[in-house]
Amino acid sequence: MRARARLGAALLLAPLVLFVAVAFVAPITTMLWRGVSDTEVPRAFPRTLAALAAWDGRTLPGDDAFAALAEDLIAARAAGTLNAAAGRLNSDTPGLRTVVFATARRLARGVEGPAREAILAADPAWGEIETWGAFRRAGSTPTDTHLLAALDLRRTADGTITEVGEEQRLFRTVALRTVWIGLLVTVLCLVLGYPLAAALVFAPPRLVGLLLFAVLLPFWTSLIVRTAAWMVLLAREGIINQGFVALGVVVEPVQMLFTRTAVLIAMVHILLPFMVLPLYAVMRQIPRAQLRAAASLGAGPLAQVARVWLPQTLPGVGAGALMVFIQAIGFYVTPALIGGGADQMLPYFIGFYATQTVNWGLAAALSLLLLAGTLLILALFGRFLGLTQIRAA
Amino acid sequence: MKRRSLALAAAACAAFISSAGAARDLTIVSWGGAYQDAQRQVYFQPFTQATGIRIVEDTWDGGIGVLRTRAQAGNQTWDLVQVESEELLLGCDEGLFEKIDWARIGGREHYIPQAVHECGVGAILYNVVLAWDRNRLPATPTWADFFDVQRIPGKRGLRRGVKLTLEIALLADGVPRDQVYATLRTEAGVERAFRKLDTIKPHIVWWQAGAQPPQMLGAGEVVMTTAYNGRITNANRAEGRNFGIQWRDSLFTIDSWVIMKGSPNCDAAYRFLDFVKDPRRQASLLPLIPYGGTARGANEGLPPDLLAVSPSNPENLNVSLMIDDAFWMDHLDRLSQRFNAWLAR
Repeated sequence: MRARARLGAALLLAPLVLFVAVAFVAPITTMLWRGVSDTEVPRAFPRTLAALAAWDGRTLPGDDAFAALAEDLIAARAAGTLNAAAGRLNSDTPGLRTVVFATARRLARGVEGPAREAILAADPAWGEIETWGAFRRAGSTPTDTHLLAALDLRRTADGTITEVGEEQRLFRTVALRTVWIGLLVTVLCLVLGYPLAAALVFAPPRLVGLLLFAVLLPFWTSLIVRTAAWMVLLAREGIINQGFVALGVVVEPVQMLFTRTAVLIAMVHILLPFMVLPLYAVMRQIPRAQLRAAASLGAGPLAQVARVWLPQTLPGVGAGALMVFIQAIGFYVTPALIGGGADQMLPYFIGFYATQTVNWGLAAALSLLLLAGTLLILALFGRFLGLTQIRAA
Repeated sequence: MKRRSLALAAAACAAFISSAGAARDLTIVSWGGAYQDAQRQVYFQPFTQATGIRIVEDTWDGGIGVLRTRAQAGNQTWDLVQVESEELLLGCDEGLFEKIDWARIGGREHYIPQAVHECGVGAILYNVVLAWDRNRLPATPTWADFFDVQRIPGKRGLRRGVKLTLEIALLADGVPRDQVYATLRTEAGVERAFRKLDTIKPHIVWWQAGAQPPQMLGAGEVVMTTAYNGRITNANRAEGRNFGIQWRDSLFTIDSWVIMKGSPNCDAAYRFLDFVKDPRRQASLLPLIPYGGTARGANEGLPPDLLAVSPSNPENLNVSLMIDDAFWMDHLDRLSQRFNAWLAR
């Protein structure tokens, strides 16, 4: 009897499990897998990679590698797998795309004599060790190439890990900035949201509905619409600047759009409900009688708040902060539209590498970085505050 | 079987045999919108009237992936496609397009040299220019002024991205047009471009969509900006703006017609290309949409107001620099990374 009930429950859940698996787990796993895999070059250059397996990476590879490369180039050109591999190699070493295509074209017209001479004659780039290093970096699954790149590191041909050149370093700065903006937004939301939630709890009943509506209204508006509204408000000849000039606060319109301040204002506005609602839910459950009891025992207003009220709202603070922070570090549209060049966060670069330079490996590695960061925050939260706290909220 | 009929079609194309037996109408693919409306009026409808060859239109948003998929599908349903210069280079490398037989469409000399490619016939020419609002800035600025915030204070608009930004920095720094890409191919040249950009970094507003520059100029958000010439002319025509275009040291590119490999309507495609090569016909596109014709003489006899906005007017063309897509295909990844790192500092 019980087994049948359990089976029935499982069947009822099956569509949900299936949906989550198909729409959530599968695509995310596939995408993240790209961050540690490299398939384009192995598909087009299997013989070359086999010949390079025993290579030390300090001197040019032997004749067998050149012969294998010649075979692979001709075969891949005919099979149509060359373009993807050439693109992958080019994202490692600029110019390799042209080198690969020009060499393949040349070899397809016929190879006379040893492959080594023919290939070196086709392009002198084949005489450089790091050209072959690019094949090795792009040639295996699982690979750490993309993950290293997401941390501003790379491997040389002989396998040692080094930092990329200073003018190429980017992602560590961006990761720190992402966390910093996330923290700022969380703190600002807390500072604004805490009194607001308290006001909701203590407001006369007929006002509560109106206030809650005011909190929820932005919640129901599309994120892009709200961001676009801020663009209109903050523009150089926008309403805020016009007001400032009319009031004589400033003489010249102030640059507000495309600044960090604009990003913070818009993000706080968008995320504020995620702070207010958990706080409100927790605060509403605190019995007022406790405050009166504290007062009757001689606690002043400050002591009532500090020793009775505040400690009981902490689960709400934790839940709100967690929700705001995790969403904030994933923000894409708002910084992209109203931020300047130095206000872009990790998601912008994930989008950039996925759509602009079509470097999915790097985009996936950056996603992994963001996901790992989020999980780390969750784990820390669980360790010090307990995840059950959120459930209570 | 499919393979054999494909081979026959290709042979038919090369051997000048009439395509009367082709199973479907000539399919032409372009960018849609106001541009394709103009093409329909100037090219497509007159072509069908003159030759009786019916045209089926399609639109696309670009991307080499689409062309690859269609080439691999075997049954080619597109005949003529208008492509950007990067797709032209990639697709030609990969053998997605027929090689152009120039003798059938007036010979190479019929066109301006930049419009002639192994696999494509230039269709239109357009520029990224320095634009400004004459009502706010009466002078005619150059790239050097663009980088001189002392002389002309105010924000500058640039497209967020490394492509063209580096070229403009070098042009502003006094590098002659024909030396720009040679300079960028050296480490010192890239360094020089970034140092020049450093000088106005806090004054730059980065735009992303082509619709933004005229809007930012109109709102006074920027005093000068880079922009597509078509957007600026359209703003002047449709919204009565008084925006200026600086053609000197502007950067141009060409969209080309390509014939898809294995097209069964190859002959009709050549007849179409032969029809649209007429300079007078190309010139009649200009009043509708400000893109330049690619035939020699496409700007002859035009009234001054059209000459002023035509990218292929020799006076404008001769002071412009052609964007080097081969350079960008090789260097975009690395320079983008460096640009993003520079932007983040």
